[in-house]
Amino acid sequence: MQIYLPIAEVSVNAFLLLGLGGIVGILSGMFGVGGGFLITPLLFFVGIPPAVAVATSTNQIVASSFSALLAHLKRRTVDFRMGWVLLAGGLIGSGIGMFIFNYLKSLGQVDLLVTLCYVIFLGIIGGLMFFESLRAIRRSRKGGRVQRKKHYWVHGLPFKLRFRVSGLYISVIPPVLVGAAVGMLSAIMGVGGGFIMVPAMIYLLGMPTKVVIGTSLLQIIFVTGFTTMLHATTNQTVDIVLAVLLLVGGVLGAQVGTRIGVRMQAEQLRILLAVLVLAVCAKLALDLLLEPAELYSLSPVAAE
Amino acid sequence: MIRAVFAFVGLLFTALTATAEEEIVLGLSQAEVSITTNFDGSEILVYGAVKRETPIPEGAPLEVVMTVSGPSTPIMVRRKERRFGIWVNVDAVEVDRAPSFYAVVTSGPLSEVLKRIEDLRHRISIPRAIRSVGAPMEIENPVKFTEALIRVRTASNLYQVIEDGVKVDEQTLFRAAVALPASLTEGAYDTRIFLTRGGDVVAQYETVIDVRKVGMERWLFNLAHEQAFIYGLLSLFIAVSAGWVASAVFGLLRR
Repeated sequence: MQIYLPIAEVSVNAFLLLGLGGIVGILSGMFGVGGGFLITPLLFFVGIPPAVAVATSTNQIVASSFSALLAHLKRRTVDFRMGWVLLAGGLIGSGIGMFIFNYLKSLGQVDLLVTLCYVIFLGIIGGLMFFESLRAIRRSRKGGRVQRKKHYWVHGLPFKLRFRVSGLYISVIPPVLVGAAVGMLSAIMGVGGGFIMVPAMIYLLGMPTKVVIGTSLLQIIFVTGFTTMLHATTNQTVDIVLAVLLLVGGVLGAQVGTRIGVRMQAEQLRILLAVLVLAVCAKLALDLLLEPAELYSLSPVAAE
Repeated sequence: MIRAVFAFVGLLFTALTATAEEEIVLGLSQAEVSITTNFDGSEILVYGAVKRETPIPEGAPLEVVMTVSGPSTPIMVRRKERRFGIWVNVDAVEVDRAPSFYAVVTSGPLSEVLKRIEDLRHRISIPRAIRSVGAPMEIENPVKFTEALIRVRTASNLYQVIEDGVKVDEQTLFRAAVALPASLTEGAYDTRIFLTRGGDVVAQYETVIDVRKVGMERWLFNLAHEQAFIYGLLSLFIAVSAGWVASAVFGLLRR
């Protein structure tokens, strides 16, 4: 069934979009990532103009993240205090990010830098998580208890705050910095930033994996909500029909994903996320390395 | 000398009467294309007749060339090149005006039914319909960029050349079909019909096909542009409530 999208001005298959939304929703529920780093390239692939794809996927992320967050709230796996601290950093970061983005745009190489950002960050994070999880699984196979490092350098900093749900007593500086870094990257890369946030919370802040996902979702909702409003008011590129199709699939998928996530062990969950992140990284890297079939590309000239 | 002048005047006279002597009468299957939610492209049928007071002129047979052109906008064409092992955009040319959709439908091979000079005058073939002036000095081969634009748009069916797409009967009646793709932008689509004999244009006719969003498509498009803030809030509201409904439904199912 073909549907004409009023803002994107293209006609696409409705079931294809529902399916895309569903797959991304499942991943989002399982791993606590918004799925922006998956859905945006997928939308390009089905022929949605890039500007509309970026703006609309942020709206879709709000929906699937909210659905997943509610599931996490019921199980009390959301650290609100940590969430607000991260968010405070995130809003500062996205402000800085927007500034950098517009500067790069004026240089005319924004596409390349966004892709490079993706390849570098996805590569580093995916690789680190993959090897760390492998080691953890191997250790647990040997029968020894999985002992994660309890003391980080971050524990020496001032302004300590107790995060009861996470079982942490640490300074607020590292979470604010993590939030700011993620907010900055998400403004530049046009994603929620969960795939950076989740590992950062696990490895830098030492939070338990189960709490990390719910908390990251909380932060993602606010950051992507803010971005949706920015896109809608400045560029008019949010396509509501596209968003509805994606989010119907997405919210259902997120519920399924959350339930799958609960049944799995933390290490397995992490290794799967790592593989996924590495796969997207490899795809983007190949696009840069292989000779494209068409060397020329078209883009609309912004009206002055 | 005098005879030569007379001959010239005589030629001129026949040329003038030739243009006036054949006229196009046209009917469109639809003068308006409405883009609705389930819009999936549209085919427009064009019926025409040649009105003339005199017998059919002898010589080259009558041929028909039709063009349908969507709204023109400037467009940036970028070229990639391998730098440091990766493919990056190295240079760009702004094409001043390129139609978002362009179809040329003819009754025979374009090079035969239309002379080059007439193509230049009326901007009929695809390369003529695109206007590109003032490429930056450092660009070696600006023509390649225009060619790339045509190649990309032809691949996505936005630019079409359909030779033999017009059927002409008895040099008097003709019919043609243009398939508009699903990815259509709004606007006035200029439709031009040229009658040619021996490659010269002998008559032309212009009309407009209106392509408009209607119903919900129209409403959403207007809201997004005129009430952007409300539109943004509406999108967020839909997102949050959809998330909530899904969660509630699954909560019930589990019990």
